[in-house]
Amino acid sequence: MSDLPPSDLPRPVLDLAARQRRFVQRFLDGVPHLNLLGITFDSYGPDWAQLQMPYAPQQVADPDYGIIASGAIFTLMDSAAGFSINLALGEFLPIATIDLRMDYLRAPALRATVSGRATCYRLTRQIAFVRGIAHDGDPADPIANMAGTFMLNRPEKAVA
Amino acid sequence: MTSLALARALRDERHGRLDMLPYAKALDLRFEQDDDEVRVVMPFAIGLVGAPGRLHGGALAGLLEIAGLAAVIIAQPDADRMPRIRPITVTVDFMREGTPVETFAAGEVTRLGRRIVNVAARAWQYERGRPIAAANLNFLLDWPEA
Repeated sequence: MSDLPPSDLPRPVLDLAARQRRFVQRFLDGVPHLNLLGITFDSYGPDWAQLQMPYAPQQVADPDYGIIASGAIFTLMDSAAGFSINLALGEFLPIATIDLRMDYLRAPALRATVSGRATCYRLTRQIAFVRGIAHDGDPADPIANMAGTFMLNRPEKAVA
Repeated sequence: MTSLALARALRDERHGRLDMLPYAKALDLRFEQDDDEVRVVMPFAIGLVGAPGRLHGGALAGLLEIAGLAAVIIAQPDADRMPRIRPITVTVDFMREGTPVETFAAGEVTRLGRRIVNVAARAWQYERGRPIAAANLNFLLDWPEA
């Protein structure tokens, strides 16, 4: 950048949160299956992440009822869980889902944006434990509950 | 009713597409069946990828759920009278990574109740004996009022 001529124009100010948000969204844009379903980033904290899935026709399992496929909600929660683990770790490690359970509590409202919020509540050297919910606007009235375990692929340490 | 359209396709055809379910169409799913079972086939497509070079676990879960749904439908005695079928709990074990090739899945009804149907489903790629993912699915059936 040092070879650019100096400019007197004010630099666009992007606060840290907005820059992080752009970084995460760019990362998500690189995941083809999330693009297929229209899943985008929403918000995060130290050990949790929330992704969003605005309604789109390709998510529908049963057009007679307009019901979103449980598989689409599964994808949303699996991805939110992966993000929450990266946040809890404070670094990016390759992770693999060992098992993930979804309980589908009720159908989402028609054409609702479904949000998936996951929290990594326990990390060991090799395993991450995550729980979360999917909701359609009110986290206190979830549409699905999630519990999952994930394998952390930490780089091998040299053993003396 | 979509499950009726699906039930009739599964009754009348040995193979076909699952485009009556928009989500299955997005995954480009088709079915093939013999006397024992229905297999659901998911061709590889870029849109299924999660981590680079690997199928997204959610796409595999979606495939397993549709295979489970197909197993519930063919287990019903009358293809012209179908309940509304909804998954209540879905537990997926991921055993091997999904590589960028065609994936197959089939479900087996372990208990057929009037309201709850328990299904075990498996997904595989190169070899049926080496599943890449397996699911336990419990479906709730809502019968139309008689």
